[in-house]
Amino acid sequence: MKKLSARRRHPLAAVVVLLLALAATGGLYAAFAPASKAQADDTAQSLAIDEGKKLYSVGCASCHGTGGQGTTDGPSLVGVGSAAVDFQVGTGRMPAQQPGAQVPKKKVIYSQAQIDQLAAYVASLGAGPVIPTKKQVDPAGADIAKGGDLFRSNCAQCHNFTGEGGALSNGKYAPSLEGVDPKHIYEAMQTGPQSMPSFPDTTMPEQQKRDIIAYIQTVNSSQSENPGGLKLGGLGPVSEGLFAWIFGLGALIAVAIWVAAHTAKAKKS
Amino acid sequence: MSSQEIPEENLPAEQEAAHGAVEVAEDPFADPGLPAHKPRIQDIDERAAKRSERAVALMFTLSMLATVGFIASYVIFPVDKIVYIWPFGHVSALNFSLGLTLGVALFTIGAGAVHWARTLMSDVEVADDRHAIEATPEVKAKVLADFAAGAEESAFGRRKLIRNTMFGALALVPLSGVVLLRDLGPLPEKKLRNTMWAKGKQLINMNTMEPLRPEDVAVGSLTFAMPEGLEESAHDFQNQIAKAALMIIRIEPDNIKDKREREWAHEGIVAFSKICTHVGCPISLYEQQTHHVLCPCHQSTFDLSDGARVIFGPAGHALPQLRIGVNSEGNLEALGDFEEPVGPAFWERG
Amino acid sequence: MSTATDTQRKAPAGERVADWADGRLGIYSLAKANMRKIFPDHWSFMLGEVALYSFIIIILTGVYLTLFFQPSMGEVVYHGSYEPMQGIRMSEAYASTLDISFDVRGGLLVRQIHHWAALIFLAGMFVHMMRVFFTGAFRKPREINWLFGFLLFVLGMFTGFTGYSLPDDLLSGTGVRFTQGAILSMPIVGTYISMFLFGGEFPGHDFVARFYSIHILLLPGIMLGLLVAHLILVFYHKHTQFAGPGRTNKNVVGMPLMPVYMAKAGGFFFLVFGIIAVIAAIATINPIWNIGPYRPDQVSTGAQPDWYMGFAEGLIRVMPGWEINLWGHTLVLGVFIPLMVFGLVLAVIAVYPFVESWITGDKREHHILDRPRNAPTRTAFGVAWITEYVVVFIGGANDLWATHFHLSLNAISWFVRIFIFAGPIIAFIVTRRICLGLQRRDKEKVLHGRESGIIKRLPHGEFVEIHEPLGPEQLHTLTAHEQYEPVEIGPTVDENGVKRKVSALQKLRARLSKGYYGENNQIAKPTVEEYKEITSGHGHH
Repeated sequence: MKKLSARRRHPLAAVVVLLLALAATGGLYAAFAPASKAQADDTAQSLAIDEGKKLYSVGCASCHGTGGQGTTDGPSLVGVGSAAVDFQVGTGRMPAQQPGAQVPKKKVIYSQAQIDQLAAYVASLGAGPVIPTKKQVDPAGADIAKGGDLFRSNCAQCHNFTGEGGALSNGKYAPSLEGVDPKHIYEAMQTGPQSMPSFPDTTMPEQQKRDIIAYIQTVNSSQSENPGGLKLGGLGPVSEGLFAWIFGLGALIAVAIWVAAHTAKAKKS
Repeated sequence: MSSQEIPEENLPAEQEAAHGAVEVAEDPFADPGLPAHKPRIQDIDERAAKRSERAVALMFTLSMLATVGFIASYVIFPVDKIVYIWPFGHVSALNFSLGLTLGVALFTIGAGAVHWARTLMSDVEVADDRHAIEATPEVKAKVLADFAAGAEESAFGRRKLIRNTMFGALALVPLSGVVLLRDLGPLPEKKLRNTMWAKGKQLINMNTMEPLRPEDVAVGSLTFAMPEGLEESAHDFQNQIAKAALMIIRIEPDNIKDKREREWAHEGIVAFSKICTHVGCPISLYEQQTHHVLCPCHQSTFDLSDGARVIFGPAGHALPQLRIGVNSEGNLEALGDFEEPVGPAFWERG
Repeated sequence: MSTATDTQRKAPAGERVADWADGRLGIYSLAKANMRKIFPDHWSFMLGEVALYSFIIIILTGVYLTLFFQPSMGEVVYHGSYEPMQGIRMSEAYASTLDISFDVRGGLLVRQIHHWAALIFLAGMFVHMMRVFFTGAFRKPREINWLFGFLLFVLGMFTGFTGYSLPDDLLSGTGVRFTQGAILSMPIVGTYISMFLFGGEFPGHDFVARFYSIHILLLPGIMLGLLVAHLILVFYHKHTQFAGPGRTNKNVVGMPLMPVYMAKAGGFFFLVFGIIAVIAAIATINPIWNIGPYRPDQVSTGAQPDWYMGFAEGLIRVMPGWEINLWGHTLVLGVFIPLMVFGLVLAVIAVYPFVESWITGDKREHHILDRPRNAPTRTAFGVAWITEYVVVFIGGANDLWATHFHLSLNAISWFVRIFIFAGPIIAFIVTRRICLGLQRRDKEKVLHGRESGIIKRLPHGEFVEIHEPLGPEQLHTLTAHEQYEPVEIGPTVDENGVKRKVSALQKLRARLSKGYYGENNQIAKPTVEEYKEITSGHGHH
């Protein structure tokens, strides 16, 4: 990864990326085409795991290996737990479309039932964090202020004060947290997807995760209060400066032009 | 001045105003003089002037109404009332209404005055002569003579003893002011070299305020720690945490490239200063896949699997590492203070 | 009127008050010179007024804020009305800013007006300064006023910065930390200045109170003095004007202060205040309640200063981390060089008027403004300077450009590192070419007239576009600008065959002068002969 990041600025990087993209497109096609062959293996596992495995072979095995052991294209899934699957697939990040600095959030292509089956299968490969229950992620009754303090200590450095997101190195980024399902926020903290480090229960207990979720819900949702008016993206001085220049100074100059202009004459010369 | 060497003819000639059509015919570029004033509609049509008058009066009236609206808003809306107004979002009703009414009250006064000036006041352009700023030679001679007389009468030039001692006194007296600034703060001494960390101090998880145990710290996780015995309510908490804050991560020992880093770690658990060595931001954008940590302020990037050396950005040296081990209770503890000063570099750092 | 009847009638009340004041202040003599003072009309002459009025607005709102703000770093546990901060430990400065925002009715509005006006104040000064630069209004006799204006801009930056730091929130605290790190980088004295400024180690308990007195008293006091001096000089010099019929270097054409400019300039104050009030009503600025109280171990991404400090932020972000350790001492070049470059870039624009007057050797007064195209080298230099400013500025927000345009942060840093050098050069060359092109077009217009857009077919079938000749007013306006000849060093041997010494400075000046006014570096104005030849030739068609 480090070597790759160091070469991103190489003049040929664009060509390499293009070639990789072409290769990936071909690879994806190859992955989907022969998929029907690899689903016969009936075992004595539960129905969900069974169904999950079928889905897995179709959508995931090309990168993560037929048994979840991982390949050069994707990490091993042994021990990542059902929470990781629910997060990655439930936010549409997986299956990934193309290689890049980061796999973006996109439209979810599986139903929740299918995601649960996939999660059950991956969980069966090795123990890991499990999908939280409704109660575990319920922000009701949580300490918002404490959540804010925890958020500023643990999360704001990447996700910004109110979770608007921010840049990481070499084109990677911490995504915006606006409108993210509390369950997925919880799972992200548990499992540490992609560049994000994990915040396991041993160092950040369940209650604190709930506090953080409550804080995010308070400051960054469609119901959040912005007493001062437009929040300008919640990005701080940069967007405020742009606004002051474009709208503030812009309006003032428009008015100045009116003040200084000659009044219309009765007759054109 | 060196510019005196420039001959006058190198400087461009100024164009003089032309007087009459003959000169214009001679020199097509000559100044034809101020154009004749052309009347506005309001100058010749009293009905248009009346319309302007009404428009100005309307604006001033609007201003009065807006001020009444301002006072009404102040009285009506509670300070914590939130309303949804598209496209601004869930905003404070009071802030929104006060700001808008104040804005309208002020803007209409301005717009009324400007409209009045533009349409009803005379718009005949007038020329005003400029006068030379430089004094005439006579004035200059008089001033210089006066000055010479004054200087002579003071005997400033002759009585050198007076002059020199006065300069001395005036030069010294501001020193009192400078001396008074001494107690603004203490001398630096060794203050920037030490932190609160010492041998045997346990690492306290800043989320739970409990001592950290090695088994709590998973590979790929990120935890922040502070020294045992530091209380948030302590008077010097801010000063201490500004130096002592730690970033705890765990890397498979085989993946640690730097030998010293591996030795100072405990089973792959490494403790680095959270304070950036550039200008001191709390650096903590940890990318767990690459083990890079990025500073949110100026993007210095450090490789935590390789002695936290700088791989990008403006920082000048690696993040200091704290040597850690496990005490008899099985908790993580420091094996001493940082071996080098934490935070931004300074002259005496060496 | 005769004096005899004057003593008989009883003067109206207003006149009696004025008489009273005149007997003590001499207001009639003052008014005689100034009441009907002429001001020329041009929208760009009002940019300075934008700055002036925002400054007044800042003072008015600032006084209000001091009534509620507690400039103290004493720690309290918050129990006010803002829910997400309940029970959080913070300084009194931060807590009182929360109170102003949530508990004082209209407090939030005044805070937002104050901060928006500050951003607009600096922006107004910046564009005003650029207007003065590009029109050559800084030339004699206005060089001192240029310096006053420049000082106002620099002091405005620091007043803004100290004010921004007062709420002691996490974002501004990070900015203060950056300042402290930059101070530490100063060789020899760095640690001492840091200890003295913060009353010990960072952050200590003193800086808010100290910044407060600097922000509300020291800097604004100096600025107010400079501002008054600036305005007195504007009155004394009388305003500059663009060339045009009837406008010469010896007069000023426009409308009188009383009544037109009193209404226009006075009205403009209300317009500026009104617009800023509306902005404060609809757009949040610096929502410190979202940002949280300052703690030196917490931070948020996207940590930027207000726009006027973005230039410093950019320099520090793109600088490579050079650090030299010698004889037990550390030279922190990675921080110290940007600190120096920051001052240098500002100083370059400040001394420019003196450099230009040295190159031209022109000692005359200039009251007619240049159109930017007619001073191509100056304009190109100004654009190069702005380009430098903007490139560095982009570097100051590299993380936000990265996320919003899906670019790599590192790539942007490298872009800035290269364009910090290449950008101004490219801008210089391109701008000068554009200026020369516009000068050529003006010359065409003078000699051949304006393209009328009417196509005429000649008897033999050729199509021509009819050019309308310009009127005398336009002809004058387009040829009124002055053109300098380049300075010559002259013969290096005088008439007696003795070698004349030519200093390196004189050579430099000759080269610069050639660069400014030499062949190919300005388009010679059309001459009367050229014009007559062409226009008489036209008569035969």
